[in-house]
Amino acid sequence: MSAPAIHTESLSKQYRLGTQAAIYGSLRESLAKGFRAPFRAGARERPERRPLLWALRDVDVEVPWGEVLGVIGRNGAGKSTLLKILARVTYPSAGRARVYGRVGSLLEVGTGFHPELTGRENIYLNGAILGMRRSEIRRKYDAIVDFAGLEAFLDTPVKRYSSGMYMRLAFSVAAHLEPEILIVDEVLAVGDTAFQRKCLGKMGSVAREGRTILFVSHNMPAIQSLCHRALWLEQGRIVDEGAPTEVVQRYLESEVSTTAVSLDERQDRSGDGSARIVSLDVASTEPGGVIRPGSRLRLRIGYRSDRPVKRAQFVVTISDHLDVGLFLLHSEFTNPLPEMLPPTGVVTCETDPINLTPGACVVHVELLQGNVQADLVPYAGSFDVAHADVYGTGMLPPRDWVRYVLGQKWSLESDHIPDRGLRQ
Amino acid sequence: MARVKAREVETDPLVPALAAEPGRRGGHGPSPTAPLTIEPPRGWEIGRFREVWLYRELLYFLVWRELKIRYKQTMFGGAWAVLQPLITMIVFTAVFSRLMGVPSDDLPYPVFSYAALLPWTFFATGIARAGNSLVQDPNLLSKIYFPRETLPLASVSAMLVDLAIAFVILLGMMAFYGLVPGLAVLTLPLFVLLAYLTALGVGLWLAAANVKYRDINYVIPFLSQLWLFLTPVAYPASLVPDAWRVVYGLNPMAGVVEGFRWALLGTDSADWGLITASTGVVLVILVSGLVYFRRMEREFADVV
Repeated sequence: MSAPAIHTESLSKQYRLGTQAAIYGSLRESLAKGFRAPFRAGARERPERRPLLWALRDVDVEVPWGEVLGVIGRNGAGKSTLLKILARVTYPSAGRARVYGRVGSLLEVGTGFHPELTGRENIYLNGAILGMRRSEIRRKYDAIVDFAGLEAFLDTPVKRYSSGMYMRLAFSVAAHLEPEILIVDEVLAVGDTAFQRKCLGKMGSVAREGRTILFVSHNMPAIQSLCHRALWLEQGRIVDEGAPTEVVQRYLESEVSTTAVSLDERQDRSGDGSARIVSLDVASTEPGGVIRPGSRLRLRIGYRSDRPVKRAQFVVTISDHLDVGLFLLHSEFTNPLPEMLPPTGVVTCETDPINLTPGACVVHVELLQGNVQADLVPYAGSFDVAHADVYGTGMLPPRDWVRYVLGQKWSLESDHIPDRGLRQ
Repeated sequence: MARVKAREVETDPLVPALAAEPGRRGGHGPSPTAPLTIEPPRGWEIGRFREVWLYRELLYFLVWRELKIRYKQTMFGGAWAVLQPLITMIVFTAVFSRLMGVPSDDLPYPVFSYAALLPWTFFATGIARAGNSLVQDPNLLSKIYFPRETLPLASVSAMLVDLAIAFVILLGMMAFYGLVPGLAVLTLPLFVLLAYLTALGVGLWLAAANVKYRDINYVIPFLSQLWLFLTPVAYPASLVPDAWRVVYGLNPMAGVVEGFRWALLGTDSADWGLITASTGVVLVILVSGLVYFRRMEREFADVV
């Protein structure tokens, strides 16, 4: 292999599990320990009772120059820990990493932004924090402002910015960092869709310039379109690596197979927990429930709460086998649910024909109360679209080519028949 | 736990990598820089002076931020630099000089106390700000790399500006009382440096401890209040019995304050025993502060 940009050897990081209270040792505890120590011959330190957790375990990675490596995995799989070590924010507990160039890291955009400072001042400050020189920031200043599209607000303190404007400014500064090796953690999960697309485009162009990029994301389509190679981490170890499309597919399959566990017990969820999604059932409306390209779906979502659920909104995203979004079902789109729902219950949604090509689909479910996210279960379920003779010819487009099946009729237009050809 | 060691050769983290080499598109060769090795830390180290130097522009921006924010958030802005020692001086004059008749080495008490309040205010505000410098923006520690020493360094350095502003008032007061400094004034920068290093040393200790033990937030105001009584700000060091002088000098601010008075106001003679003791103690605090800071720094991102 050609000279690597990053090389790690059994890189490991161990944390002691515990609440924040346990990590913030109180001064009293430490002093007491210090005083007691001399009187306890042999027992220099009381054995800690809290279990240890390997956030990263024996990770060997080699990233060649110019490669864009995508890192995927569930929350807590060690992705961020890996990036943090390479960004030098935290130290490994064992093993070593070698980095053969200048690293720029974007574990967050807008680090060091101060709300009282103006847009202009924050550009300089944030640039310096990201490691740019003053002369460099000055040179790129116009480009940064231009990219953010915030010319009119440069002299406004950023505390008056909307969160979208704030993110745009922050990302613009970050996007103009020009290190040899770029380490990016999920920063694209912010801002409005148009700006996200712009950011992905920028990442793509950075990648085409031949810079080495390490990119952590839950955005599977982005991983597939930007990365040359993907790395899948699970419980601190590498479980799979290879071509992004293949790794992503295997990852999603494993994600979905874990849904054998009842939804109620799934840990990888977010939201304030005021109401919980406890079951999901996807079937076709036809007898037997088999889902075919022309089926209508019936989704049944069970939920539970301590109190009646007020102003509930259910949001269902249906994505294809590569987690590219296909449909969004939202209980407010058509006929809203009753203002108040009983503490436990099941809501049903019936759709029009889906017209999908045969293959796997995944379902993400979210429940909002008011406008607050109560629960979100990614990869809550999956279903297979079975084969069916839609056109009556036995022919059907394959999933890896297109996603949809469209009714069609072919004919020859008689008006355009050239005269001469016919009369002969 | 790890040590990050930048091997020699050119490892300037601030220079944009490719700006100068457009020809290297499409897959660079290995960088001309020597590899950076990231591994668990071992042993004792004191600060990374070279890295702090490489990040000097960041230091500049952090000082600038500290000042700028203060001017924006407060009504009086830079006036605080003057108001704080000035009002304290007025109260001290009323209480200590008028009511209690505290001597002032034959100097007008207002000048006598104000000249001491300059380095004292610098020190007290400096350690308070430095002590909070790491915890006030946790994401600076958990999301981005730079030598952490830069943060307390910036806090203390920003206070030098306040010191300079407050100094102008002192010059006015000296003119008012017709006091002309002698040649000793040339040594003033040394005492400023001593004050700076004292504040930095104590600031490093407090900042690093504060990340792990938030009790420090409550300790700082209390600490500086006690420390004020042990420093000859409101009273002359000559009140302290000779036998205790050197012990008294173990408080480095005692040496700083006496030095300021001697350099500016020409008090009888500098108490060199006291100043030497103070200097020695400052060095101990500073070096131990750097070691402690480096030791604690390994956990900053995980704990903050």
